[in-house]
Amino acid sequence: MKAPLAPAPRDADPARDVLRRAHALLEDHGLANAAAWKRDHPGRLAVGYMPVYAPRPLFEALGCLPVAVFGGGDRDVIRGDSYFQSYICHIPRSTLELGVSGALQGIDAMVFPAICDVIRNLSGMWQMLFPDVYAAYLDVPQNFRPEVGGAFYRAELERIASDLVARGALALDPERLRAAIVTENARRRALLALGDVRREEPWRCPASEAYAITRAGGALLAADHLALLGEYLAAIALRRGSPKDNVRVVLTGAFCEQPPFGLIKSLELAGCDIVDDDLQLGLTYIEGDIDAEAADPLGALVTAFLERGAATASRYIGDAHKGDALLARVRRARADGVVFAAASFCDPALLDEPMLEAAMDEAGVPYTSFKYAENTGQFHVIREQAGAFSDAVRLWESAP
Amino acid sequence: MKIVVGVDLGSTTTKAVLLDEQGRIVGRGITNSRSNYEVACAIARDDALTSARFDLLDRALRDAAADADPADLSQRLHAAFRLELYLDDLGALARRMGEVLDAGGPRATAQVRQGIEQALSEMRERAHATFLGGGGRKSDFFRDLASAAFVAAAEPVAATLGLRFDDLVWAFDRAILDVETELRELAFASLLARAAQRIAGDLETPSLRERLMRVVDEIASLPIVEASFVGTGYGRQTLPFPKAAVRSEILCHGRGAHRLFPGTRTVLDIGGQDTKAIQVDDRGVVTSFQMNDRCAAGCGRYLGYIADELNLGLHELGPLALQSKRAVRINSTCTVFAGAELRERLSLGEDREDILAGLHRAIMLRAMSLLARSGGVRDELTFTGGVCKNGAATKVLRELVDENYGAGITLNAHPDSIYMGALGAALFALDDLDAGRPNLLEVAAPRRAPPAAPANRACAGCS
Amino acid sequence: MSELVRVGKSPAAQRAAEAENKDRSQVRQKRMISDHFDKLARAKEDGRKVVYTFVPGNLTELIGAFGMLPVLPEINALQSGMRGRSGAYIAEAERGGHSEDVCSYVKCDLGMLRSGNLGPTGTPLPKPDLLLLSYTGCFTFMKWFEILKAEYDCPVVMLHVPYQATGQVTREMRDYVVRQLEHDVIPAMERVAGKKLDLDELVAQLTRSARAEDAIVDVWESAKARPSPIDAYFGGVYYVGPIFSSFRGSEDAIAYYEELREEVRGRAARGEGPMTPDGPMGEQKWRLVVEGPPNWTSFNDFWRMFAKEGAVVVASTYTRVGGLYDYGFRHDPRDPLGTLADYCLGCYTNHSLPARADLLEKYVREYQADGFVINSVKSCNSFSAGQLLLMRELEKRTGVPGGFIESDLVDPRYFGKANIENRLQSYLQMLEARREGRAPERTALPVALPVLAPGAT
Repeated sequence: MKAPLAPAPRDADPARDVLRRAHALLEDHGLANAAAWKRDHPGRLAVGYMPVYAPRPLFEALGCLPVAVFGGGDRDVIRGDSYFQSYICHIPRSTLELGVSGALQGIDAMVFPAICDVIRNLSGMWQMLFPDVYAAYLDVPQNFRPEVGGAFYRAELERIASDLVARGALALDPERLRAAIVTENARRRALLALGDVRREEPWRCPASEAYAITRAGGALLAADHLALLGEYLAAIALRRGSPKDNVRVVLTGAFCEQPPFGLIKSLELAGCDIVDDDLQLGLTYIEGDIDAEAADPLGALVTAFLERGAATASRYIGDAHKGDALLARVRRARADGVVFAAASFCDPALLDEPMLEAAMDEAGVPYTSFKYAENTGQFHVIREQAGAFSDAVRLWESAP
Repeated sequence: MKIVVGVDLGSTTTKAVLLDEQGRIVGRGITNSRSNYEVACAIARDDALTSARFDLLDRALRDAAADADPADLSQRLHAAFRLELYLDDLGALARRMGEVLDAGGPRATAQVRQGIEQALSEMRERAHATFLGGGGRKSDFFRDLASAAFVAAAEPVAATLGLRFDDLVWAFDRAILDVETELRELAFASLLARAAQRIAGDLETPSLRERLMRVVDEIASLPIVEASFVGTGYGRQTLPFPKAAVRSEILCHGRGAHRLFPGTRTVLDIGGQDTKAIQVDDRGVVTSFQMNDRCAAGCGRYLGYIADELNLGLHELGPLALQSKRAVRINSTCTVFAGAELRERLSLGEDREDILAGLHRAIMLRAMSLLARSGGVRDELTFTGGVCKNGAATKVLRELVDENYGAGITLNAHPDSIYMGALGAALFALDDLDAGRPNLLEVAAPRRAPPAAPANRACAGCS
Repeated sequence: MSELVRVGKSPAAQRAAEAENKDRSQVRQKRMISDHFDKLARAKEDGRKVVYTFVPGNLTELIGAFGMLPVLPEINALQSGMRGRSGAYIAEAERGGHSEDVCSYVKCDLGMLRSGNLGPTGTPLPKPDLLLLSYTGCFTFMKWFEILKAEYDCPVVMLHVPYQATGQVTREMRDYVVRQLEHDVIPAMERVAGKKLDLDELVAQLTRSARAEDAIVDVWESAKARPSPIDAYFGGVYYVGPIFSSFRGSEDAIAYYEELREEVRGRAARGEGPMTPDGPMGEQKWRLVVEGPPNWTSFNDFWRMFAKEGAVVVASTYTRVGGLYDYGFRHDPRDPLGTLADYCLGCYTNHSLPARADLLEKYVREYQADGFVINSVKSCNSFSAGQLLLMRELEKRTGVPGGFIESDLVDPRYFGKANIENRLQSYLQMLEARREGRAPERTALPVALPVLAPGAT
């Protein structure tokens, strides 16, 4: 990330320090932090994982540091590009660039969750290009019966756990897993609290900041992220200001490839308060607490995935109605409209979008849509479009 | 002299290279590509034959006119030859414009005829200064020369006669296309004789005059026999040659680059329409290659759009970019959005030089990916194609190669590397001759209706 | 896949081709397909249930055991491509908000649906009674049926087939598929059919499938001969028609494949090559392996580019997307649900990239190929993502150079004829130069510098 630090409103912005730390983590994809952690924990593993959802409490229980590897942002991509045709999205290019350039040397294992064919195939490419790194494809079930998809998912988690143990991770201990689940639940609640501030007092918490603070968690143990979140929430509570006359929007895109900071800021500059988004949907993918008291904590992790996984493009929603989940978010956020942002060439997000748009049409929710890539450098058009959208929404609302 | 011919029919220019039987390069020629491929090939070949004869002429003059200044003499003779050629072409243009006017209906008024005749006569008069005046010319292609000269001559004529400029230019526009695609034999001997006559008057001694005429006669009548021909190029699939006389441009570019720089193992060719990364072995045989996909992002054409947008000549972009202190970061090399991106950057207050530097970097980054895809850069990298003449592109390439493959890579960029494809084709023609299966370039009289230009494919966006 | 051939030709050209072409198997296939569409046209009045489903990992025997009729939207899409309709259908879907970036099969199918859902016979296809969302080797299938679900008022049932990420099928993967069949798929089909699954009929179907599968493996392996009596890619897509689509498990399939096998054996015995769009193939100069699906909008042009250069395809991976039989798998009637699971798990696009490299390497070696060509299609990330690495890996392992072509399945905007022809010919000429082992360049001779001197015009 070469994005500048989030501009502090005043010199005395109480959140300046915590934001700077969050941005520092994002700048190098958390790799310096991972290296430091490994120095402090000799023999332990840093486990990289790709979007969307990864069972982080499991990795933590195995004594590993989970590290979100969500693309290389806008760094120059040369060798990574050489592996992909022009019609493939950008995240595998920049991720491979990180790999072949040696930036991921401190990452001992890479986990590729099942979200699309590109990331799926990237798992095989990783096996071929980096034979010394453990590269696992994590197939998540699309059948949500406990005895069917649940049994399969449990076997997947056990397989990956035992492979990691064979490479130096700690044995899978129920007590440690329960502890990891407790922290994970606390982190999720802190993220919900952050969401509350955004909804109730968006002027206190711009989306670009919320994004940085949230995404920083991809590089941290849940407990450390929890502390960071606490610090940020405390700091912004001290901010003074007043509501702005912005339109309230939900930003959605089933985000795997991450948009550049400039894009989020452009939306804000165009008069949109982004009061909810799914930029880092993996961290809140499980909707509700995971049972931390369960005798079988691995089973609790599986059950949470089956029963309370978020409706997103990579998850089959069966007989549920497409768009209901988004509509619920819009209602909860009291949003005036939706901004759809899909990564170029992202089949899941782009194929979902017309269905979601139809649902928004049906419910009378205005929306606007555009495509981006993680290295998009120009936001002029997006700013214009979002500005026109926010003006239109205002006019529409004030119409008799 | 027995020669073999290689022709590279590119999207912008058509090039020809001649080799003798020993594989020595004895001539090369270039012309603008046009709707009639046959004519473009024939003209490039004729241009190459001319250069071959002038090469021989130069050597002969060095012996025959050692007491004078043979280089100067040759240069004057060459200029006079170009002038004669131009005047011939101008004659053809005047004839064709007459025909156009005859068929021109109400627009072809007596006044318009008068204006056009005056403009053409003006052009003939000024030609002398253009070719013999010692000034440089931006282009040697007849279309470019004649267009510039016609505009310069017709504007004042129109003003004097009270005509609109458009009243004069339409007939020119029609005629020039026909003249350009007309197949006219190059009468080398008579052109050269006329050129020699033209400069002979200025020569100091009768002896020198006599020696010049003797050398000219000798060279003009020297038989040059075409023994084999191979064609290649962007329009390859519609090349007007028998299949056996066609070789892939990839193979030709690889082989040509290797011939000129025998240490070459990797070739990067950035032409008007495509970019190619080629790996060759120690014999110049292609071992792998990659091309850009159907989208022309990052090719020479992209720079062309940028130049148009800035109202600059293509050759001015590189020097401007080299003046940049801090390149702007640009990620898209999409030709469709080139103009919009540029305007936006300018409106944001970025310096033109910095934007251009960023654009050059973006193009070369794309080329680097293609190189990596083809197998990377090994030993010597030879950069060819129109874009290699651009100093900013070459500089960025050097930096990126150093960054990615270490500083030990030799980078070759030859100012004449646009001839690489034609050179490779000529080498294949020599192979064919050696193997006893040569083909010849036989150009039929051009068809009236020129082949349609390839349809533009819709752009479906890119990463 | 084979259906398209028929619809791709004008009636006169078709008759001419048939008159020339003595392959009885092709005539038989044509009749089978036309019967199938007749049945579909009468389905509602005959009270037969219609199931929409996909080719990779299809459950044809199960559908057959219920007496239901399958419709395969992928095949509709590729037929539309061959009939020159796909461009308009895709435009229709894009007008409806679908992105230019996404899979053209989906858009073509959706556009066709919104333009009256006319099948190849010109009559509307029956609406589905069930959307059987089998999910083998391609995530986009899930999105596809989510979109169709919004268009039709009918149940959807998913069969999620896990990916062979480690290059093997584990017991858990197999159990997962079998349990889905037991808990979800079969009950859903029983509800739609209004009757219980007839296990005996399923067993009979599976038994017949195995016989057809034996025959097609013989057909594939015939390409080991020189000259090859088949083209295993362009011709191959015709051969897989029945076994990939509605006919596996039927008597018709056995008859077709046994007849085809005899014809191919005959050609091999006579030293004859395959038919091409321009008649019997001449000299086979190049034996190629091809990875990736073909382009359908310019299928014959694409084929000709190979045929006219004397390039015959001796093995291809696309003809394994609906089942990989060469290395031993056969439907096994002794374990009906388990064998369906194994079949689904084994389809080509469900293999990891390293496993695909292994298979391609085997093909290059076992079929003694001179080279291999990857046709990378924009629409299909499942195939395409990683193909450039696949190419490098294969070159490294086999020492044989690869060729790389880019096109699309059914979006005509992505078939750049000049670009593709250029790449293919360059590739074949490169093979030729290698084969000839040309003499070293005469670099010792001086370059006549006056002509190519720096600073000249």
